[in-house]
Amino acid sequence: MKDSILRTENLKAFYVLDMHGTQKVIKAVNEVDLEIWENEVYGIAGESGCGKTTLLKALFGAIEPPLRWIGGSVLYHINDTAVDITTLDAEQKRKLRMEFISYVPQGSMSVLNPVLRVRDAYQDFISSHVSGKTRQDAFELARQHIIELGLPRNILDAYPHQLSGGMRQRVTIALAALLKPRIIIADEPTTALDVVVQRGVVQLLMDIQQKLKNTIVLVTHDMGVHANIANRIGIMYAGKMVEEAPTEQIFGNPIHPYTRFLIDSLPRFGDKSPRSSAPGSPPSLADLPSGCAFHPRCPYVIASCVDQAPALVKLSTDHKVACWRAGEI
Amino acid sequence: MEKLLEVEKLSKVFSLGSLLSRVHITAVDNVSFYMKPAEIFTLAGESGCGKTTTARIILGFEESTSGTIIHSGKKEAKKEKVWFTEGIQAIFQDPFATFNPLRTVDRYFFETLQNYNLARDKQDAVDWIDQKLKLVGLSYQEFSGRYPSEFSGGQLQRVSIARALLTNPSLLIADEPVSMVDASLRMSIVNLFKKLREELGVSVLYITHDLATAYYVSDRIAIMFRGNIVEMGSVEQVLMNPRHPYTQLLRESIPEADPRRRWTTRITLAELEHEEYLRQGCKFAGRCPFVMEKCRIEVPEDIWVDDVLVKCHKYTPE
Repeated sequence: MKDSILRTENLKAFYVLDMHGTQKVIKAVNEVDLEIWENEVYGIAGESGCGKTTLLKALFGAIEPPLRWIGGSVLYHINDTAVDITTLDAEQKRKLRMEFISYVPQGSMSVLNPVLRVRDAYQDFISSHVSGKTRQDAFELARQHIIELGLPRNILDAYPHQLSGGMRQRVTIALAALLKPRIIIADEPTTALDVVVQRGVVQLLMDIQQKLKNTIVLVTHDMGVHANIANRIGIMYAGKMVEEAPTEQIFGNPIHPYTRFLIDSLPRFGDKSPRSSAPGSPPSLADLPSGCAFHPRCPYVIASCVDQAPALVKLSTDHKVACWRAGEI
Repeated sequence: MEKLLEVEKLSKVFSLGSLLSRVHITAVDNVSFYMKPAEIFTLAGESGCGKTTTARIILGFEESTSGTIIHSGKKEAKKEKVWFTEGIQAIFQDPFATFNPLRTVDRYFFETLQNYNLARDKQDAVDWIDQKLKLVGLSYQEFSGRYPSEFSGGQLQRVSIARALLTNPSLLIADEPVSMVDASLRMSIVNLFKKLREELGVSVLYITHDLATAYYVSDRIAIMFRGNIVEMGSVEQVLMNPRHPYTQLLRESIPEADPRRRWTTRITLAELEHEEYLRQGCKFAGRCPFVMEKCRIEVPEDIWVDDVLVKCHKYTPE
């Protein structure tokens, strides 16, 4: 049995907007049960607007209005004790950040302060999370870290605009790994990068994971990246997890009709046979269809799909699916 | 052989920096290619390789430094603006940036018809628009009076394709048309290009960095690197059996959606992209695993190997 490090129970986080007196509720994360293990790469896939980024924010405990905590819990397993971060105050959460869990947000190649050299960004970071380090110590720590990860050492003296997008992305990922956190959450770290640079970023993430033996939660819509790095994959659709399985299972034996469309639509080299996308378009999270949110687009729809949403249930030991017709289609 | 579009020795030089420390960057360097009627041709490469600049020059948004563009046999084609733009239409990356968010999208359609004098009256125009929208799987009813924000990304990209089709063009220039569209809807747009090619005989210049969809949709492909076309030929030849070391690197770096085929080797990245533009000789020499002495001095010639054009000293006959 593997040890879990991060768990959610019936997690609900909605955006509540007040528009001219009427409330609009966007169900971005809806009844999500997750269990992420130590020393694994857990991939989360789904189309844009399905709640992937909001789920990561909830996992990191960064819930700020208009996003609200509606119910459920997020548990961190810190030295065999489970801590529910929904009950922690800001200072307690700050202490866990970067040392236990760190977050590489989307578009993180633009998070570096443009008027500070990379070394100053590192120093800032070190002095706010580690006490009792002199500037010289902090610089030494940063320098060693950069060299260990195989990044060129002269980047510490560069300003962010002097580095390419891919290099900035790698600098931010390296920064997130500086204090050897047990969990690194990365949101679309390879998006908007060229393929060769993308591969460099994936390489860096894998290096970090192998060195620290920690957990990486990786969100990307690029199934090719998932196939290359993830141990297990969760597929999200309209705020819910619809399928979860080891990577080989997701690609080799997808069960949920949405996952099947996602996998079957991927173009492959050496195979020019026609590929089709899922019909229709993704639903609005503010106005979800009844029952299973995928039913208007699903070719296998039956009456119960329209009435009631299926729960995520175990099909085999490590394969979970939320579909009424799982096993028969 | 009939050629729809011919690009000959096209170059574009950008000057950067101030008066005293001026750097000239050749964004497009002596690029030549042609397109046949009813053909999907891909220009592929990483950002900064000059593929978008090439498209912008063809569309007339940018002046070329040298070189000619021949459209349907006319050399001075770009001077006849109405005729030229009627034949060549563009589709851009971000459909939300294509349309003004404060205008309803149908106004663009009516304006286009007016500008090209394509409809006699309102009913005629509506019929014309409806016909083009049907081609992309939409209809006039679900589209009229709506603002861009009321469409999903995939839908709006279809709308912008329908708009491009209004003038019955013979060539569509699609600059990264699917990179902002969701993975699950991407294939529906790509399939649309195939369908338009088959039903209307439209050619598509497909500009992308996504080699997997390029393989799926196109007939021929040109790989660009730092302003040069380094390899050009049929997609089967170029992507399944890449000859240029850069194409090989690119092809290997695409994450395959197959967990049984993970990367096993490691790569090194270019530290300074800027330098590669200014490099003498072959611009890939700094990263090439097969680099030879003459690669650093001489620019390689275009060499034909089994119907594939390769710009590499490795294939120079002794």
